[in-house]
Amino acid sequence: MAKLVAKSPCAGLLPVTHGRVTLRELTFDRITSVAPFKGKEKVVSSALEKAVGAGLPDIGRLVTGREGQICWTQQEQYFVFDAELPRLNAAVTDQSDAWACVALEGDGTRDVLARLCPLNFCAMTEGDVARSLIGHMSAIIIWRSDGYDLMVFRAFAPTLVHELETIMRSIAAQAQIAS
Amino acid sequence: MRLAGKGLIDSTKEVAFRFNGTTYRGFKGDTMASALLANDVKLVARSFKYHRPRGIMSDGSQEPNGLVELHRGNQITPNVRLTQQELHAGLDARPQNYWGSLEWDLLEMNDLLSPFLSAGFYYKTFMWPKAFWEKLYEPVIRRAAGLGKLSMQPNSDYHEKAFAFCDVLVVGGGPTGLMAALTAAEAGADVILCDEDFLIGGRLNAETYEIDGKPGSVWAAEMHARLAGMSNVRVMTRTTVTGAYDGGTYGAVERVSHHVAHAAGAPVETFWRIVAKGCVYAAGAMERPIAFRNNDRPGVMMASAMRGYLNRYGVSPGKRVVILGNNDDTFRTAHDLAAAGVHIAAYVDSRHDAQITGDFPIYTGRVVSNVKGRATIEGVTISSHDHSEDVMADCLGISGGWNPTVHLACHMNGRPQWNESIAGFIPVPGMVPGMEVAGAAGGTFSTHGCLKSGIFRAKEVLKAQGITARAPRMPQAEDAPYLIKPLWAVPGKGRAWLDFQNDVTVKDVKLAAQENMRSVEHMKRYTTQGMAPDQGKNSNVGALAVLADATGREIPETGTTTFRPPYTPVSIAAMGAYGQGDGFAPQRFTTSDAESRRMGAPMIEAGLWYRPSYFPKDDETHWRQSCDREVKMVRSSVGICDISTLGKIDIQGTDAAAFLDFVYTNSFSTLKVGRGRYGLMLREDGHVLDDGTTARLAEDHFVMTTTTAAAGLVMRHLEFVHQCLRPDWDVRFISVTEQWAQFAVAGPRSRELLNRVLDKDIDNDSFPFMGCGEVSVEGVNGRLFRISFSGEHAYEIAIPARYGDSIFKALLAEAKVLEGGAYGMEALNVMRIEKGFITHAEIHGRVTAYDIGMERMIAANKDCIGKTAAMREGLWGDEREQLVGLQPVGAVREMNAGAFLFETDAEAVSANQQGYTTSVGFSPEKGMIGMGFLKNGRNRKGETLKLVDHIRNVETLVVVSDLVVFDPKGEKARG
Repeated sequence: MAKLVAKSPCAGLLPVTHGRVTLRELTFDRITSVAPFKGKEKVVSSALEKAVGAGLPDIGRLVTGREGQICWTQQEQYFVFDAELPRLNAAVTDQSDAWACVALEGDGTRDVLARLCPLNFCAMTEGDVARSLIGHMSAIIIWRSDGYDLMVFRAFAPTLVHELETIMRSIAAQAQIAS
Repeated sequence: MRLAGKGLIDSTKEVAFRFNGTTYRGFKGDTMASALLANDVKLVARSFKYHRPRGIMSDGSQEPNGLVELHRGNQITPNVRLTQQELHAGLDARPQNYWGSLEWDLLEMNDLLSPFLSAGFYYKTFMWPKAFWEKLYEPVIRRAAGLGKLSMQPNSDYHEKAFAFCDVLVVGGGPTGLMAALTAAEAGADVILCDEDFLIGGRLNAETYEIDGKPGSVWAAEMHARLAGMSNVRVMTRTTVTGAYDGGTYGAVERVSHHVAHAAGAPVETFWRIVAKGCVYAAGAMERPIAFRNNDRPGVMMASAMRGYLNRYGVSPGKRVVILGNNDDTFRTAHDLAAAGVHIAAYVDSRHDAQITGDFPIYTGRVVSNVKGRATIEGVTISSHDHSEDVMADCLGISGGWNPTVHLACHMNGRPQWNESIAGFIPVPGMVPGMEVAGAAGGTFSTHGCLKSGIFRAKEVLKAQGITARAPRMPQAEDAPYLIKPLWAVPGKGRAWLDFQNDVTVKDVKLAAQENMRSVEHMKRYTTQGMAPDQGKNSNVGALAVLADATGREIPETGTTTFRPPYTPVSIAAMGAYGQGDGFAPQRFTTSDAESRRMGAPMIEAGLWYRPSYFPKDDETHWRQSCDREVKMVRSSVGICDISTLGKIDIQGTDAAAFLDFVYTNSFSTLKVGRGRYGLMLREDGHVLDDGTTARLAEDHFVMTTTTAAAGLVMRHLEFVHQCLRPDWDVRFISVTEQWAQFAVAGPRSRELLNRVLDKDIDNDSFPFMGCGEVSVEGVNGRLFRISFSGEHAYEIAIPARYGDSIFKALLAEAKVLEGGAYGMEALNVMRIEKGFITHAEIHGRVTAYDIGMERMIAANKDCIGKTAAMREGLWGDEREQLVGLQPVGAVREMNAGAFLFETDAEAVSANQQGYTTSVGFSPEKGMIGMGFLKNGRNRKGETLKLVDHIRNVETLVVVSDLVVFDPKGEKARG
């Protein structure tokens, strides 16, 4: 049998640039969900501190460790990016293939997101994380210094790219009109 | 007529445009209204009911007459206000609401029939015969009346909707709004300033007021530049705030590309939802007309609009102007026009004591009682109580005073208060939480008063947010008092218009009062006053004043109608932006989607997912051929089907087993590691929620499978149970649906196929029926479950989704060698019906475990959600409709899902209904088979019934049969 070939969720769709905004796919070696068992948050946090160099972040935050990053994702649940984990006192699942992850970067990213997401982007800072909507899609949104990382379920990848690209094109056209 | 050297237009940039088929020229900075007036075009529209000729009345969004149609084909946009439409090259506007031509509208005969077309005429006239209303009267009336029309095709324009947030929203960019925005911005607040005009400044651009010794328009432009340069201020022009909603949310519509020839991907409009901690409402005021005979003739215009056209656009609306007013503000129109060299034929003031001076004929204590002329004004009649004279004129400016624009302040059902000194309604504090009304919108009319009010109200809004603001320097401006004596309608013969957009006259309102429509809300509905695009902006106060007079009441006692959003029309396309075509719902594609489509599979929607119906071969011309072949293929060899869409929930924790025992009717704590079990889940009301198999991967680790349709529902249910009912349990769960690409490998040769793919061979011992465990393919770890939804010896193999496309192709390649292949939803459905397996066609929300014959799955030795509720009387017993198999027995073989069951001799009406079909399919082996619910069905096996499909008009004799027609003992799946 032929070797299995890996395909990323946004393969063939990205990157795209319109105006001064770029959308590119983010690929992580590994995404692991970590949900500490009852009363084990501290134990898990210290174990992660040792292994990754960062403990569990606050609600709505992302922390960067020596290797990898840890991101709050919902009640009692965190995602660890790009880090190999030791055995934890937590429910752990592999989420590496479950998400379409994209980075929206450039000048005007807030204008793009304001048209798809009901969050107040001005009130948030680097390292903030929110569960919200991109259009009708449930998403994880992470604030980076140079833009936003957006994650939706893998199967939504074409819709995610289409919706973002439509708005990116529109924002570029609106800038053209304004000038 | 354009006056050289005046106005804020760019007279170096000429723009050609078309109106009513003729090409005209205007300048950059013009609206269509100003450009048409500059070209002496007075007749621009036909009225709603009487098709009377109409001209431009105002210079803002309240324009009742100047509505036109833009664009062609499916992009036709009706009811565009000439007073807001900016001139751009290629603009082509067409008048609306005429039959024939604008100049010779055949429907103007309605005007002659006006005695028969008064308010409420159709309620009285078209009552008989009843059937004629829908077929004859209504279509004819609809054709004759109405404003604008739609293309009736799907609109291809692009619209957007967006969210914005701020500390202070300032509605209106006039002097009040500008000072409010500056005050808030200098205090460090995040400010959004919205104005519906493309030029910030409000009335300052239309007047000759000075602020700090500069022309008002210059001061406004400087303020705009200053605010735009501040990082915490966002100035949104062409943006009308249309509604005030709960929680400090405001709706606003931005006209993004109406003013350019080529949008190039930009939306026509953007509908904004602005969430503001506080709001300064500085929407200004609107001048109101006076009702008198023929006051709707083209050339009759608001006096303030005349100043607007003169000062902002350098356009005189006429050569011989008469002005009628009842307040001191109107003096400015005469003075501005006279200063520009326009001939003032007469200045008429209804007040005896009006203090106006000027080098033109002045008539105090007089009114205009009639307008002569039809498509243009030829003269006006000026009257006192005992004398009247005609004056030649081509234009008449009128002012009945100013109404504060109270609309948004009233959007939460607050009622404004009558203020005698300005003879107008003003908002009451606190009508909209967080909103402060400032300037003219609150009844302060002098420029000085507005500037001061803007500062003060902004400080109030900031104070509520705990911010103490410093007042900016107060600019110098005029502070003239506003003196007015109300004049609503000039008595006399003939029709005097109140509502220009809906053709409502003084006579209509009096008739409403006479017919006991005394409430202002009844009068509105009886006469249609205040409806349509302008929502009575020009007419509400005048109409209720006339009603008050006709009913012998005071204005405050009569009250206003309810102000509702939107303030100006918002296209549905903007509010529903992104909802066209594919945008209606996001799409979920499996990893095998591309390959399935390449194989020619038509896709069907399952929730948001797309799944292949069948995989046609070259020689197959009908879906049934493909479906039959695929069923036979699976039954004889092996088939591959992508089942990744089924919900997969990873459940872990020391209480995971207890949790599953609680949510499923049957026990999972007894399940061995490495095994799976079918489970049934009930809602709290005892009805079936979902079903599926759950496998135990380790002592405290399970993976649950849900149906495709209910994946989200089950996840929500589990969250509810965990968070609200058993937060004490140590259990964690997460969706892993998208992590795994999962494929059913079904058929007698399924194991043979898997052993060609898996790194390590499996056998009946390592993977017995309902067994599960880890496997690997080319070194990639996956999971294998021995589960069957087809009744065959079958497996489900799960591989990380990145390899989904690759494994699908690999499985198909190996299947081909074994004379197998892909199968779709149609074949899947036939095989599960043959096995009597349920889907959400059966567990549709109204059925119990008893109904589907699974009551024994509700374990007696433990509690579960829905158990007690399922025992309620009426949810079990002979009266229930129970799941049965159905097969045709007569000459007609057709069976349709959704058809109803009746006794053979009973009439096929709902009272006699015995049950219904839920699923049907054509089994290549057994022929047509179906599943359905039948009253006391399990005891009626062998009974012949009549199946009636009322929609397709099919009647079939069916016999109640076994639910399972294929391998009833289940030997194949276990073999």
